This record gives sequence, C-alpha cells and structure tokens, in this order.
Amino acid sequence: MKHNINTQFDETKKNYTMALFSRNRAGILNRITAVFSRIKLNIDSLNVSETESIGVFRYSVCVNTTEKLIRRITKQIEKQVDVLKAVYATDDLIVQQEVALYKIPSQVMLDDIQTEDIIRKHNAKILRIHREYTVIEKTGHKHETQSLFDELEPYGILEFVRSGPVSIGKINY
Amino acid sequence: MFKAENSNIKHIINKNWQQIDDGTQTEKAVNMLGSQALINSLIAEGVEIMFGYPGGAIMPTYDVIHQMQDQIKHVLVRHEQGAVIAAQGYARACGKVGVCIATSGPGATNLITGIADAMIDSTPLVCITGQVHKDLLGTDAFQETDIIDISMPITKWNYKITEATEIPKVIARAFYIAKSGRPGPVLIDITKNAQMDYLDYCYKKCQHFNSYLPEPTPKLQTIKDAADLIDSAQKPLVVFGQGVILGNAEQEFKAFLEKSGIPAAATIMGLSAIDNNHPNYVGMLGMHGNYAPNLLTNECDVLIAVGMRFDDRVTGTLSTYAKNAKIIHLEIDNSEINKNVRVNIPVLGNVKFTLPQITNRINQNAYPEWREEFSQLHQQEQDVVIKEDLAPSQNELSMPEVIAMVNELTLNNAIIVTDVGQHQMAACRYAQFNQTRSLITSGGLGTMGFCIPAAMGAKLAKPERTVIGIVGDGGVQMNIQELGTIMQTEIDVKIIILNNEFLGMVRQWQELYFDKRYASTEITSPNYQVLASAYGIASEKISVREKLKSSIQDMLDHDGAYLLEVMVGQENNIFPMISPGDSVSDMRLK
Repeated sequence: MKHNINTQFDETKKNYTMALFSRNRAGILNRITAVFSRIKLNIDSLNVSETESIGVFRYSVCVNTTEKLIRRITKQIEKQVDVLKAVYATDDLIVQQEVALYKIPSQVMLDDIQTEDIIRKHNAKILRIHREYTVIEKTGHKHETQSLFDELEPYGILEFVRSGPVSIGKINY
Repeated sequence: MFKAENSNIKHIINKNWQQIDDGTQTEKAVNMLGSQALINSLIAEGVEIMFGYPGGAIMPTYDVIHQMQDQIKHVLVRHEQGAVIAAQGYARACGKVGVCIATSGPGATNLITGIADAMIDSTPLVCITGQVHKDLLGTDAFQETDIIDISMPITKWNYKITEATEIPKVIARAFYIAKSGRPGPVLIDITKNAQMDYLDYCYKKCQHFNSYLPEPTPKLQTIKDAADLIDSAQKPLVVFGQGVILGNAEQEFKAFLEKSGIPAAATIMGLSAIDNNHPNYVGMLGMHGNYAPNLLTNECDVLIAVGMRFDDRVTGTLSTYAKNAKIIHLEIDNSEINKNVRVNIPVLGNVKFTLPQITNRINQNAYPEWREEFSQLHQQEQDVVIKEDLAPSQNELSMPEVIAMVNELTLNNAIIVTDVGQHQMAACRYAQFNQTRSLITSGGLGTMGFCIPAAMGAKLAKPERTVIGIVGDGGVQMNIQELGTIMQTEIDVKIIILNNEFLGMVRQWQELYFDKRYASTEITSPNYQVLASAYGIASEKISVREKLKSSIQDMLDHDGAYLLEVMVGQENNIFPMISPGDSVSDMRLK
C-alpha cells in the first residue's frame, strides 16, 4: 500500500494554464470567474472558443498561483453543474501559442530600412498598409512577441494588443 | 499533459447531449399557461407544500396557486427570509426538496441569506423568483434585480427562464440537481411573460444531465486500501458528518461501526445520525464539542472521515490536526478531497454505497484499551464541566439543564431546532436523539434568526413529531415576525427562549479575548408574553428551577404553538472550548 503521508504541496507560485470545457450557457463564465475572484486571484489571461464538438466551449485560463490552490480551484470549477471538465497544466506540459498585433506609423516603414529587417528577423506578417499606419502580426510565445515589441518601440508604436495564450496538451489525455 | 482527476474528456463531450430547450417531447402535451405549467411541474415532483410571499412579478403564478390550493399548499410567511429558512427546515426534517417562492427585486434578495445557508449546509432547495418581463430586463425596471448573478456563488445551479416553453424541462432539472449528489439550493428566476404565455406542457422527470456527475464511483482499489488500513489500525477514530444523513446511510453506518468497533464522533451536522446512547458514540467534535474526541483526534493512528468536510470549527488549526493519523475520507464531493486536510485514501461516492463495501472487507474488531482512553477523558469533562452544567451551584438556571429537562420529558424523541450562539452549543452538546434528522441547526453559515422559521418548516414536514425550537434572546428577535405565520397557519411548534439578556456567544468571546469589553452585546427584549399573546400564542416565563419541569411539561401538553421564556444565568460560558488558532488537543475545560 502506498500512502503519500504528509507530502506537502509545493507552495511556490508558478504559471498554470487551465483548460475548462463547458456547455454554452449564459452566465457560466461568471460561475467560473467567481471561483477566482472569491479568493482574490487575478486571471492573467482568458480565452474562450468553441471546440471541435458543437456546443462545447473551451476556456484557456492562465493564472500564477500555488499547486495547492490550482488543485482546489480546478475541482471547484469542475464541480459547477454546467462545466464538463476542468484540467490544469504547467507550461512545460503544453504547446502554447499567442498572437500579437502592432500598429506603427507607415512613415517609419518608408523612412527607416531597419524596420524591414526587424519584421523579417521576427517572421512577422504585415496585415494591412494604410497611408497613416501599418498593422503587423506576430505569433509566438510571449517573450517572442515582446521581443518584437521592444525592437519596434523606438520607432513609435501607435497601438499594441496581445491575445492570451491558447494551448493544447502534449500527450493525449 | 493536463492533469485530470477522472475520465476522458472526448468521451464526455462527444456524447450527444441535449440543449435545455430542444423541444423533444414524447407524451401527449396539454396547452396551458406558463404559470400553470410551473405549478403542475412542482406537483409532478411531489411538492406538497411551499413557503412564499406574493408580489408583482410572481402574481400570475400566485393566481394558479390559489386555483390549485387543493393540490399544493402555500404557507404565507412574513418575510422572504422566513420562507427560505422554513423550506430548509422542511427539507432537513423529511429529506425532500424544500420549495420557496418570492417575487422579483426585494423579494428575491431577501432569500439570499437562506440560500447561502442551504449551500454551505448542503440542503436541497428549489427557490422560485418572479422576474420582470423579458423585454424589460436590463432597463432598471420596477423591482428588477439581477438575482441570477447575485445568487450565482451561493447556488448549486441557477437559471433564468424567459420563455414559457422552457418551464417543464428547467424545473425537472432543478429538482434533479437540488437533490442528487451533494444536495444544494437551486434558484429559478421566471420572467413575467414566461408565466403568462402559453405552452404545450408535458412533464418528464430529469434522470441524467450530461455535464453533471452527481455520484462518483470509487475505485475498487481504494476500498481495499481503506479496509486494509482500518484493519491495521491500533487507535482508529471515525468522524462523521451530515453525509450519513443526506445519503440515508444511517443503517449502513451503524453496521460499519458495530463490525469495526471503532469509536465515532459527530460534527454538528452529523448529530442524530446515530443514537447518542450507541456504544460506539463518543460525542461531538469541534470548538465546543466533547473533550475526549477532540483530544484523541491528535492521538489516533487512522482517522476515518465519513461524509464531513473538515470545517475549521472542527479541525482547529490545521498545522497540528491529526498529524499522527493516516486519513481515509469517504466523500461524495470530489472538491472536498484534500481541500483542508491531506488525505491518504479518498473514497469517492455516496457513503450509502461505499460504507457497506468497506464493512464487508474489514475484520470484526474492538478496541477496549483505546475506548478506555475516551472514557477517562470523558470523566474529566464530566467532573469539570458537565456536572456543574446540569446541576449548577448558582441559583440561576443554566442552558444545559433546560436541554436535559427537554430530553427527559420528550424521551429523546423530539426534533430540536436551534438558532445560533451559546444556546445552540448547549443544545448540540446536551440534546439526546434516538432517531435521525432530529437536529436542525445552521451549521456552516451560523445564521441567526434560523430557529423560528426552520421549526415551522420541520413541523409541517413531520406533523407527527414534537418540534422544539431552542433560541436565544438575540436570535429570536431576528425573525420574530414569523410568529405571525405560526398564528395564521396554526403551526404547533414549541419555542423555548433561553434568555440571558446578552448576545451570549459574542459576549463570551469578549470576556475571553477582548478584556470583557462588552461592545454592543447587551440586548434588551420585549415582553415576550405580551408579544405572544398579541399573536394568540400561549406563553410562560420562568426563572426558577422549581418551575422548570412543570413548565416544560405544560408546554408539551399544550395543544398548539407555545412560547416558553427561560431566564438563564447572564454570564455563563460554554465550555469546553478550543480557542481560535489552537489545536484540537489544546481544548480547555474552563
């Protein structure tokens, strides 16, 4: 018989990504977020989309917390009647991707050859060119989109937006 | 890899699960109003009685209640909080789903405290609230309040019905969710148009709900592990809660105790699940529980938790709780496993089904030496606390001696309903029960004002039993308006006010931890005899020991409601006690 006597949970904070599956019902997002707000835990990012099964929605939630809390929260969310499943993972166990959009003045693209190099180097895409501005897209991990941001910043970024990560487990579960 | 506690998500989400209003109806449908469909749905669920208060947005439904009063009884309360707590008292006494009904806005918000109470104490309720017309939603219409969002964290499930066609399916689902698995309150908000529109009604009870797994089944290995661990124990202790009562598992629990020979202690919510005089019963756990089971929690080598949730009032400080023990947790709600206490063997499922499997596998046993430790500690409690409690040296009456007299004169046969505070602890410590569902108290939330409405509900659920409300002079004034309901509905409840002219439990803490600064705890009372008489309720006030027996006997003999006010010692304390932040083994006797 194996008993994990007195093995304490790791109390250090880590980034966790949760995958929650629910029926499509008005108010279910409030039921989910209430589990976090109850203990004053910030949600770092949240993404909702329909899954491969019609009518089933998948929520990707990123939080920074302890193992003890993430376990408790996951079960408290899964307990909600309209939630089909709640699971969590640390970053090393999932494949993640996020997308960022950058709006920069078109004039700098014309004036400064450096910007072209930066966009090539980062494998970024140009989505729209307007007389006033250009919209660039970059997908990748946060540090990658951030690195492009840092390099473009000296040229003046008019607007910047980054999605939360969406993620898929590395092993079938 | 995502960590999951149970089965394959693909399996769940690929099932062809149905939407709420998919409209598949097989039986012959009858065209009727939404309000008629609502009441017919309640009748189809076996609802005989509901507690409520009418108002604008629920009037179409009340019109139908009036027309169908020969099939379903409605009790008019004096405040919606009275309705929801009465529904709790009803549900706790008989095990059926309690139903309350209120209008939108203030009617709905007045339910909130009772719903929160039912949530934390796992009481099956269906609360129905009226709502403004769907076209007025979000416009700050008269008596519009977003009760769905307000009640979200304190309901097991809730749903806003905006179309009449949704009514039968949603009501069926509401009852299924309220009573299955770990029970809880469900709130259904129904817009006025849904009550007034027509639909083709046919009712089918809900048996299954795709995203909801009410009763997990344990792995066979955990049952075997649990049985092996129990057999290997030298000093095992059972701690049990309301899960035994909610699972209707009293017989299975008794069989388990009698075969295993293990001493068993109750949480407040587990009281009355077994007879107080059962040889294995060693008393109540918790802050004001009994000395032996609290102290020996830290001595036991295997702790078997049955249908309880390790509330902080039971465990004291967690850092020293049961550290010598391996813990087996029999629990229906997976989110309770490892929530407060790390568990070695979780046994998921209804204890009605998991207990017999364990009982079958364990050896017949007895622990005479271990049981002797309980007896010795109990003797200490007897000498230092109980003796003085039951036969006080002071002239004033004590709360415990009143409870003991109730035991004597009711032959331990009454349903005891308490409020919250010192009298509650006295009642829980001293009341004796010889059948299950005999203690109705607000355990998790500690809702003052619980006693009178809950006693009404209990009496209406169990008219053949004596129902005695034990209430303090603080709590009685919190829902005292329900004396009007007792008058109008002629409910035969006996109410004993234990009056110490203080908010006693807070005063006790002020004495012990705030240097006797009695901030706002001295409370005056009205003349309860005049008040009772205004409501046409018989009453008596006593303050001497000589009158105690005859007065309680008079109360019990009286045909109809009765209010007995007993003046008790003003500054008596409830002991033993585990101070906040202390370990269960630091329990103090005085």
